[in-house]
Amino acid sequence: MRIPRDAILPSLFALVLALGVLLPLLMMVTISLNPNEQDIMVSMGSIRSFIPQVFSLQNYIEVWTDPVHPFGRYLANTALITFSTLILSILFNSMAAFVLAQGTLAIRKPVMILILATLAVPGESLVLPQLMMAGWLGQIDSYQVQIVPGVANAMSIFLFYQFFSRLPKELIEAARIDGFSFFQIYRHVAMPLSKPVISAIAVLQFLEIWNAYLWPVMVTRGPEYRPLSVAMSAYFGTNQAAWGNIMAFAVSMAVPVILFFLILQRQFIASVMSSGVKG
Amino acid sequence: MRIRTKGQGQELAMLLPALIFITALIVVPFLLSVWFSFTDQRLVPRPIPTKFIGATNYERMLVDPLFWQAIWNTVLFALIVTPVQLAMSLGAALILNSAIPFRGFFRSVAILPLLLPMTVIVSIWAVLFRIPSGPFNAVYQWFAGQGAYVDFLGNPSTAMLSVVALSAWATFPYQMLIYLAGLQDIPQDLYEASKLDGAKAWQRFRYVTWPGLRNVNIFLIIITTVGALKLFTQVDILTKGGPNGATTTIIHYLFKQGYATQKVGYASAVAVFFFLAVTAIALLQRRFLKNEGEA
Repeated sequence: MRIPRDAILPSLFALVLALGVLLPLLMMVTISLNPNEQDIMVSMGSIRSFIPQVFSLQNYIEVWTDPVHPFGRYLANTALITFSTLILSILFNSMAAFVLAQGTLAIRKPVMILILATLAVPGESLVLPQLMMAGWLGQIDSYQVQIVPGVANAMSIFLFYQFFSRLPKELIEAARIDGFSFFQIYRHVAMPLSKPVISAIAVLQFLEIWNAYLWPVMVTRGPEYRPLSVAMSAYFGTNQAAWGNIMAFAVSMAVPVILFFLILQRQFIASVMSSGVKG
Repeated sequence: MRIRTKGQGQELAMLLPALIFITALIVVPFLLSVWFSFTDQRLVPRPIPTKFIGATNYERMLVDPLFWQAIWNTVLFALIVTPVQLAMSLGAALILNSAIPFRGFFRSVAILPLLLPMTVIVSIWAVLFRIPSGPFNAVYQWFAGQGAYVDFLGNPSTAMLSVVALSAWATFPYQMLIYLAGLQDIPQDLYEASKLDGAKAWQRFRYVTWPGLRNVNIFLIIITTVGALKLFTQVDILTKGGPNGATTTIIHYLFKQGYATQKVGYASAVAVFFFLAVTAIALLQRRFLKNEGEA
């Protein structure tokens, strides 16, 4: 392949960028495939920790069958929490946003002001009272306690609102004349049109929940309801010397997300891009 | 008006679930934390009832040296990571926006860190930072000689910078994608025109690209700063706020006070302070940056 002259320098930079991202990941994979902890320590920092010398799945088998840290359970917990939150959040927040954008209720304005005000509140400043409330309701260490707070998402309402308020008035009016109820307009007119905004919100919230750490650390006590992110840090904290196993844990945790997003890559990139402001 | 009643009932039914969630999980906790901040509330109830203690928590907070250290660390982190990360993101976006071969491949590679959970990234970087012979120290030994090493995470003067490097690597693709969107919004004919006028690459960047990214920059500076002020996960796993408090951030301090030592009342004062500080900084930045651009 011939590279045009003014693309040579950018191509070199692109190579540097790719190496900067890939080398640490290559190291993670290489170490995870090496069953010999001693050898990992000796070769750490040399080229051998970046190019696999052995291909052993022993670390992976140890991680997946560890009775103290049930990897499968953590993965299932994370998936359940993530998808439940996403479904409830998209359903409730899009419905509310549609009312705010196209409805006739008199309380729309005060509600909108409330939503905009809550946008400014950083979630981190609410974790302690939320924890107290979860304790009062006896919900500590459960799935609900990890799902429900993610559903209350003012940002999601706001993004849906922006989209719904730009829907052409004639479209809504035509559906109304055809005898659609308000809910039917939402269900059969607005939602089918909002696939791009749904995927944008879903992608951003997916990453947020999959990465959640502060809240799950506080509300989970043991492996039963613990998500992967907390399990990973607990594993990391208790197996400091077992780098092969830690890296196998890391790869096992990273691969499902990476695959998921590489398959949906175009939507993913478009989603993140559209979450910014337009110039 | 009567005809409307049924429709309005439906509207209310659609609005209520989200409204209840927002009220119960944001508004009520927010009010609770303001209330707690004036009491001696504990995480686990004690036999002695919780009582109102006025501004005592705030007074104690303002004289705790660790609180000020946490603020200083957080501000320092935000001040360093925001320009570093935005420069990285813009650089990467410019590269990926130019006519390079395998652009799709490079773009997929560049977004990878965004897809990795922070806990995974922290464990990878823990290896990179290893003493005495992790990869970074191996490079250092090339220059400083055999046996020399830097205790990146154990030395108070390098610990925060190490967290900056990790964090910038971990999250730059988000800003990069938004810069890419911004770059693609700049009309191509502006570049054509400036080329005809004989503008060099640097001049095209200075007079076309940079002004064209103005709104994107304002947006990214604000969200990156606000995100940086919330730093917690990385330091909790990697350094536990140490060494010697060098990486204790406001949220880590709040977590330690409210959760580990269970002083919810006191930690709520920190939370209220944090909320006010973040809001003030975001508002100030917006005002300052907007005016700057218009002047």
